Amino acid sequence: MDLLKQITLEMSETKKWADFSAGDTITVYYKITEGAKTRTQFFQGVVLQKRGHGITETFTIRKISGGVGVERIFPINSPTIEKIEVNKRGKVRRARLFYLRELTGKKSRIKEKRVAVVSQEA
Amino acid sequence: MSGLIGKKIGMTSIFDANGKNIPCTVVEVGPCIVTQVKTVEKDGYSAVQLGYEEKKEKQTNKALQGHFKKANTTPKRKLVEFKDLENVQLGDAVSIDIFAEGDVISVVGTSKGKGFQGVVKRHGFGGVGGQTHGQHNRGRAPGSIGACSTPSRVFKGMRMAGRMGGARVSVENLQVLKVLKEKNVLVLSGSVPGAKGSYVIIEK
Repeated sequence: MDLLKQITLEMSETKKWADFSAGDTITVYYKITEGAKTRTQFFQGVVLQKRGHGITETFTIRKISGGVGVERIFPINSPTIEKIEVNKRGKVRRARLFYLRELTGKKSRIKEKRVAVVSQEA
Repeated sequence: MSGLIGKKIGMTSIFDANGKNIPCTVVEVGPCIVTQVKTVEKDGYSAVQLGYEEKKEKQTNKALQGHFKKANTTPKRKLVEFKDLENVQLGDAVSIDIFAEGDVISVVGTSKGKGFQGVVKRHGFGGVGGQTHGQHNRGRAPGSIGACSTPSRVFKGMRMAGRMGGARVSVENLQVLKVLKEKNVLVLSGSVPGAKGSYVIIEK
Protein backbone atom coordinates (compact mmCIF):
# COMPACT_ATOMS: atom_id res chain seq x y z
CA MET A 1 0.00 0.00 0.00
CA ASP A 2 2.84 2.31 0.84
CA LEU A 3 4.47 1.70 -2.53
CA LEU A 4 1.17 2.51 -4.26
CA LYS A 5 1.03 5.86 -2.45
CA GLN A 6 4.59 6.70 -3.38
CA ILE A 7 3.99 5.90 -7.02
CA THR A 8 0.77 7.88 -7.31
CA LEU A 9 2.46 10.88 -5.74
CA GLU A 10 5.33 10.53 -8.17
CA MET A 11 3.14 10.19 -11.25
CA SER A 12 0.85 13.17 -10.81
CA GLU A 13 0.74 16.25 -8.66
CA THR A 14 -2.12 16.86 -6.26
CA LYS A 15 -3.64 20.29 -6.61
CA LYS A 16 -4.02 22.78 -3.80
CA TRP A 17 -7.43 24.41 -3.81
CA ALA A 18 -9.06 26.54 -1.15
CA ASP A 19 -10.16 24.26 1.65
CA PHE A 20 -13.86 23.41 1.48
CA SER A 21 -16.08 20.72 2.94
CA ALA A 22 -19.64 19.37 2.77
CA GLY A 23 -22.24 22.11 3.12
CA ASP A 24 -20.15 24.85 1.54
CA THR A 25 -21.35 26.63 -1.58
CA ILE A 26 -18.58 26.71 -4.15
CA THR A 27 -18.06 27.69 -7.77
CA VAL A 28 -15.95 25.41 -9.93
CA TYR A 29 -14.46 26.89 -13.11
CA TYR A 30 -13.56 24.16 -15.59
CA LYS A 31 -12.41 23.98 -19.17
CA ILE A 32 -14.55 22.33 -21.81
CA THR A 33 -13.32 21.50 -25.29
CA GLU A 34 -15.64 21.76 -28.27
CA GLY A 35 -13.80 20.62 -31.36
CA ALA A 36 -10.72 22.82 -31.45
CA LYS A 37 -12.05 25.55 -29.15
CA THR A 38 -11.63 25.54 -25.40
CA ARG A 39 -13.70 27.70 -23.10
CA THR A 40 -14.35 27.97 -19.40
CA GLN A 41 -17.64 27.09 -17.78
CA PHE A 42 -18.62 27.26 -14.15
CA PHE A 43 -20.79 25.17 -11.89
CA GLN A 44 -22.02 26.65 -8.63
CA GLY A 45 -23.68 24.63 -5.92
CA VAL A 46 -23.59 22.98 -2.53
CA VAL A 47 -20.92 20.38 -1.79
CA LEU A 48 -22.68 17.14 -0.85
CA GLN A 49 -19.59 15.12 -0.07
CA LYS A 50 -15.86 14.74 -0.49
CA ARG A 51 -14.61 11.21 -0.86
CA GLY A 52 -11.40 9.29 -1.50
CA HIS A 53 -7.89 10.53 -0.87
CA GLY A 54 -4.78 11.37 -2.81
CA ILE A 55 -5.02 11.50 -6.58
CA THR A 56 -8.42 9.75 -6.71
CA GLU A 57 -10.22 12.19 -4.38
CA THR A 58 -13.53 13.53 -5.73
CA PHE A 59 -16.28 15.87 -4.61
CA THR A 60 -19.98 16.04 -5.48
CA ILE A 61 -21.77 19.35 -5.88
CA ARG A 62 -25.47 19.94 -6.37
CA LYS A 63 -27.46 22.85 -7.69
CA ILE A 64 -31.06 23.44 -8.69
CA SER A 65 -31.24 24.34 -12.37
CA GLY A 66 -34.65 25.27 -13.72
CA GLY A 67 -36.38 23.46 -10.88
CA VAL A 68 -34.42 20.27 -11.49
CA GLY A 69 -31.65 19.13 -9.20
CA VAL A 70 -28.33 18.66 -11.01
CA GLU A 71 -25.32 16.95 -9.47
CA ARG A 72 -21.78 16.76 -10.75
CA ILE A 73 -18.84 14.77 -9.50
CA PHE A 74 -15.42 16.31 -10.07
CA PRO A 75 -12.07 14.62 -9.43
CA ILE A 76 -10.31 17.15 -7.24
CA ASN A 77 -7.05 16.76 -9.17
CA SER A 78 -8.63 16.97 -12.61
CA PRO A 79 -6.49 19.08 -14.98
CA THR A 80 -9.67 20.56 -16.48
CA ILE A 81 -10.49 22.45 -13.27
CA GLU A 82 -9.14 26.00 -13.47
CA LYS A 83 -10.13 27.32 -10.09
CA ILE A 84 -12.48 26.74 -7.19
CA GLU A 85 -14.10 29.63 -5.34
CA VAL A 86 -15.67 29.20 -1.95
CA ASN A 87 -18.74 31.43 -1.82
CA LYS A 88 -20.31 30.44 1.48
CA ARG A 89 -19.37 28.27 4.45
CA GLY A 90 -22.30 26.10 5.49
CA LYS A 91 -23.06 24.98 9.03
CA VAL A 92 -23.90 21.27 8.77
CA ARG A 93 -23.77 18.36 11.20
CA ARG A 94 -22.68 15.58 8.88
CA ALA A 95 -20.10 14.90 6.16
CA ARG A 96 -22.53 13.47 3.57
CA LEU A 97 -25.54 15.62 2.81
CA PHE A 98 -27.63 13.22 0.73
CA TYR A 99 -30.74 14.26 2.66
CA LEU A 100 -30.69 17.45 0.59
CA ARG A 101 -31.89 15.45 -2.42
CA GLU A 102 -35.30 14.99 -0.82
CA LEU A 103 -35.66 18.61 0.22
CA THR A 104 -36.64 21.61 -1.87
CA GLY A 105 -37.27 25.29 -1.33
CA LYS A 106 -36.95 26.71 2.18
CA LYS A 107 -36.28 23.28 3.71
CA SER A 108 -33.14 22.81 1.64
CA ARG A 109 -31.42 25.91 2.95
CA ILE A 110 -28.17 25.54 4.86
CA LYS A 111 -27.29 27.95 7.68
CA GLU A 112 -24.20 29.98 7.02
CA LYS A 113 -21.18 29.67 9.23
CA ARG A 114 -20.11 33.14 10.27
CA VAL A 115 -16.48 33.12 9.18
CA ALA A 116 -14.50 35.30 6.83
CA VAL A 117 -15.00 33.99 3.31
CA VAL A 118 -11.68 32.90 1.87
CA SER A 119 -11.36 33.09 -1.86
CA GLN A 120 -8.15 31.73 -3.27
CA GLU A 121 -6.95 32.04 -6.83
CA ALA A 122 -5.64 28.89 -8.44
CA MET B 1 5.48 -15.31 -25.42
CA SER B 2 8.21 -13.38 -23.72
CA GLY B 3 7.38 -11.79 -20.44
CA LEU B 4 8.08 -11.41 -16.75
CA ILE B 5 6.63 -12.35 -13.40
CA GLY B 6 5.24 -9.61 -11.19
CA LYS B 7 3.08 -8.78 -8.25
CA LYS B 8 -0.11 -6.71 -8.16
CA ILE B 9 0.32 -3.67 -5.91
CA GLY B 10 -3.07 -1.99 -6.31
CA MET B 11 -5.18 0.35 -8.40
CA THR B 12 -5.19 4.09 -8.86
CA SER B 13 -5.95 6.51 -11.67
CA ILE B 14 -4.08 9.03 -13.76
CA PHE B 15 -5.13 11.87 -16.05
CA ASP B 16 -4.08 11.79 -19.69
CA ALA B 17 -3.20 14.78 -21.88
CA ASN B 18 -6.88 15.51 -22.61
CA GLY B 19 -7.76 15.52 -18.93
CA LYS B 20 -9.43 12.12 -19.12
CA ASN B 21 -9.32 10.06 -15.95
CA ILE B 22 -7.85 6.61 -16.72
CA PRO B 23 -8.11 3.77 -14.20
CA CYS B 24 -4.81 1.93 -13.92
CA THR B 25 -3.14 -0.91 -12.04
CA VAL B 26 0.30 -0.67 -10.48
CA VAL B 27 2.33 -3.87 -10.86
CA GLU B 28 5.76 -4.57 -9.44
CA VAL B 29 7.67 -6.51 -12.11
CA GLY B 30 10.90 -8.45 -11.86
CA PRO B 31 13.82 -8.51 -11.91
CA CYS B 32 13.58 -12.23 -12.64
CA ILE B 33 16.43 -14.73 -12.72
CA VAL B 34 16.77 -17.39 -15.42
CA THR B 35 16.66 -20.62 -13.45
CA GLN B 36 16.56 -23.05 -16.37
CA VAL B 37 16.97 -22.98 -20.14
CA LYS B 38 15.05 -25.76 -21.87
CA THR B 39 16.16 -26.90 -25.30
CA VAL B 40 14.62 -29.05 -28.02
CA GLU B 41 17.49 -31.55 -27.81
CA LYS B 42 17.22 -32.08 -24.10
CA ASP B 43 13.61 -31.35 -23.14
CA GLY B 44 11.72 -31.71 -26.42
CA TYR B 45 10.79 -28.02 -26.57
CA SER B 46 12.52 -24.72 -26.03
CA ALA B 47 11.62 -22.40 -23.17
CA VAL B 48 13.15 -20.27 -20.46
CA GLN B 49 12.20 -20.69 -16.82
CA LEU B 50 12.21 -17.50 -14.76
CA GLY B 51 12.19 -17.18 -10.98
CA TYR B 52 10.77 -14.24 -9.02
CA GLU B 53 10.97 -13.10 -5.41
CA GLU B 54 13.30 -14.38 -2.71
CA LYS B 55 12.48 -17.34 -0.54
CA LYS B 56 14.26 -18.64 2.56
CA GLU B 57 16.55 -21.58 1.99
CA LYS B 58 14.98 -23.22 5.05
CA GLN B 59 11.60 -23.26 3.31
CA THR B 60 12.99 -24.81 0.13
CA ASN B 61 13.20 -28.55 -0.26
CA LYS B 62 16.46 -30.25 -1.22
CA ALA B 63 15.40 -30.95 -4.80
CA LEU B 64 14.60 -27.31 -5.49
CA GLN B 65 17.71 -26.15 -3.65
CA GLY B 66 19.74 -28.18 -6.13
CA HIS B 67 17.76 -26.69 -9.00
CA PHE B 68 18.54 -23.13 -7.89
CA LYS B 69 22.17 -24.03 -7.19
CA LYS B 70 22.60 -25.02 -10.85
CA ALA B 71 21.59 -21.52 -11.88
CA ASN B 72 23.84 -20.14 -9.14
CA THR B 73 21.03 -18.13 -7.49
CA THR B 74 19.14 -17.99 -4.22
CA PRO B 75 15.81 -19.86 -3.93
CA LYS B 76 12.86 -18.15 -5.64
CA ARG B 77 9.20 -18.29 -4.70
CA LYS B 78 7.53 -18.25 -8.13
CA LEU B 79 8.76 -20.11 -11.23
CA VAL B 80 7.20 -19.62 -14.67
CA GLU B 81 8.23 -20.77 -18.15
CA PHE B 82 8.26 -18.40 -21.12
CA LYS B 83 8.62 -19.46 -24.74
CA ASP B 84 10.26 -16.65 -26.68
CA LEU B 85 12.79 -15.08 -24.35
CA GLU B 86 15.89 -14.81 -26.47
CA ASN B 87 19.57 -14.20 -25.79
CA VAL B 88 19.47 -15.28 -22.17
CA GLN B 89 21.81 -17.60 -20.27
CA LEU B 90 21.34 -19.58 -17.11
CA GLY B 91 21.58 -17.25 -14.09
CA ASP B 92 20.94 -14.04 -16.05
CA ALA B 93 18.68 -11.37 -14.64
CA VAL B 94 15.79 -10.23 -16.87
CA SER B 95 14.55 -6.81 -15.87
CA ILE B 96 11.69 -4.48 -16.67
CA ASP B 97 13.68 -3.06 -19.63
CA ILE B 98 11.87 -5.39 -22.04
CA PHE B 99 8.74 -3.23 -21.64
CA ALA B 100 8.34 0.26 -23.03
CA GLU B 101 5.64 2.88 -22.64
CA GLY B 102 2.78 2.29 -25.08
CA ASP B 103 3.34 -1.48 -25.36
CA VAL B 104 0.23 -3.64 -25.60
CA ILE B 105 0.53 -6.60 -23.26
CA SER B 106 -1.58 -9.31 -21.70
CA VAL B 107 -1.67 -10.19 -18.02
CA VAL B 108 -2.35 -13.60 -16.47
CA GLY B 109 -3.37 -13.91 -12.85
CA THR B 110 -5.46 -15.93 -10.42
CA SER B 111 -8.87 -14.34 -9.85
CA LYS B 112 -10.23 -13.69 -6.36
CA GLY B 113 -12.06 -16.68 -4.90
CA LYS B 114 -15.81 -16.13 -4.50
CA GLY B 115 -16.71 -19.42 -2.80
CA PHE B 116 -19.85 -21.42 -3.66
CA GLN B 117 -22.06 -19.18 -5.78
CA GLY B 118 -25.45 -19.55 -7.44
CA VAL B 119 -26.13 -19.39 -11.16
CA VAL B 120 -27.12 -15.71 -11.16
CA LYS B 121 -23.70 -14.56 -9.99
CA ARG B 122 -21.67 -17.39 -11.49
CA HIS B 123 -23.14 -17.60 -14.99
CA GLY B 124 -25.16 -14.42 -15.27
CA PHE B 125 -28.59 -16.10 -15.35
CA GLY B 126 -31.56 -13.78 -15.11
CA GLY B 127 -33.32 -15.70 -12.35
CA VAL B 128 -36.89 -16.95 -12.53
CA GLY B 129 -39.85 -14.61 -13.00
CA GLY B 130 -40.32 -11.37 -11.13
CA GLN B 131 -39.94 -10.30 -7.55
CA THR B 132 -43.64 -9.60 -7.03
CA HIS B 133 -47.00 -11.17 -8.08
CA GLY B 134 -46.88 -13.82 -5.37
CA GLN B 135 -43.37 -14.94 -6.22
CA HIS B 136 -42.28 -17.15 -3.37
CA ASN B 137 -38.66 -18.30 -3.21
CA ARG B 138 -37.53 -19.13 -6.77
CA GLY B 139 -36.14 -15.70 -7.66
CA ARG B 140 -32.51 -16.72 -8.10
CA ALA B 141 -33.13 -20.38 -9.03
CA PRO B 142 -31.66 -21.81 -12.29
CA GLY B 143 -35.06 -22.89 -13.71
CA SER B 144 -35.29 -26.00 -15.85
CA ILE B 145 -32.11 -28.04 -16.31
CA GLY B 146 -33.45 -30.23 -19.11
CA ALA B 147 -36.34 -32.22 -20.58
CA CYS B 148 -38.19 -35.24 -19.08
CA SER B 149 -37.97 -38.91 -20.10
CA THR B 150 -36.00 -38.08 -23.24
CA PRO B 151 -33.11 -37.83 -22.50
CA SER B 152 -33.92 -38.71 -18.85
CA ARG B 153 -30.61 -37.29 -17.75
CA VAL B 154 -28.94 -33.91 -17.35
CA PHE B 155 -26.50 -33.07 -20.12
CA LYS B 156 -22.84 -32.77 -19.26
CA GLY B 157 -21.56 -29.23 -18.87
CA MET B 158 -24.95 -27.87 -17.74
CA ARG B 159 -24.23 -24.56 -16.04
CA MET B 160 -25.07 -24.85 -12.37
CA ALA B 161 -24.10 -23.40 -8.99
CA GLY B 162 -20.64 -24.13 -7.65
CA ARG B 163 -17.23 -22.81 -6.78
CA MET B 164 -16.47 -19.50 -8.44
CA GLY B 165 -13.22 -17.58 -8.84
CA GLY B 166 -9.73 -18.64 -7.85
CA ALA B 167 -9.04 -19.65 -11.45
CA ARG B 168 -6.42 -18.63 -13.97
CA VAL B 169 -7.65 -15.59 -15.90
CA SER B 170 -5.88 -13.74 -18.68
CA VAL B 171 -6.66 -10.20 -19.75
CA GLU B 172 -5.47 -9.08 -23.16
CA ASN B 173 -4.73 -5.72 -24.76
CA LEU B 174 -3.69 -3.77 -21.69
CA GLN B 175 -1.51 -0.78 -22.38
CA VAL B 176 1.68 0.09 -20.54
CA LEU B 177 1.09 3.67 -19.42
CA LYS B 178 4.30 4.17 -17.47
CA VAL B 179 7.55 2.33 -16.77
CA LEU B 180 9.28 3.31 -13.53
CA LYS B 181 12.63 1.60 -13.94
CA GLU B 182 14.30 2.44 -10.63
CA LYS B 183 11.30 1.05 -8.71
CA ASN B 184 10.71 -1.94 -11.05
CA VAL B 185 7.11 -0.85 -11.48
CA LEU B 186 4.73 -0.89 -14.45
CA VAL B 187 1.54 1.16 -14.60
CA LEU B 188 -1.04 -0.61 -16.77
CA SER B 189 -4.33 0.70 -18.07
CA GLY B 190 -7.41 -1.02 -16.68
CA SER B 191 -7.71 -3.82 -14.15
CA VAL B 192 -5.76 -7.02 -13.60
CA PRO B 193 -7.14 -10.29 -12.16
CA GLY B 194 -6.36 -11.22 -8.57
CA ALA B 195 -5.99 -9.71 -5.14
CA LYS B 196 -3.39 -7.16 -4.12
CA GLY B 197 -0.06 -8.91 -3.55
CA SER B 198 -0.91 -11.83 -5.83
CA TYR B 199 1.45 -12.97 -8.58
CA VAL B 200 0.76 -12.01 -12.17
CA ILE B 201 2.46 -12.95 -15.42
CA ILE B 202 2.98 -10.07 -17.81
CA GLU B 203 3.26 -11.32 -21.40
CA LYS B 204 4.41 -9.31 -24.34
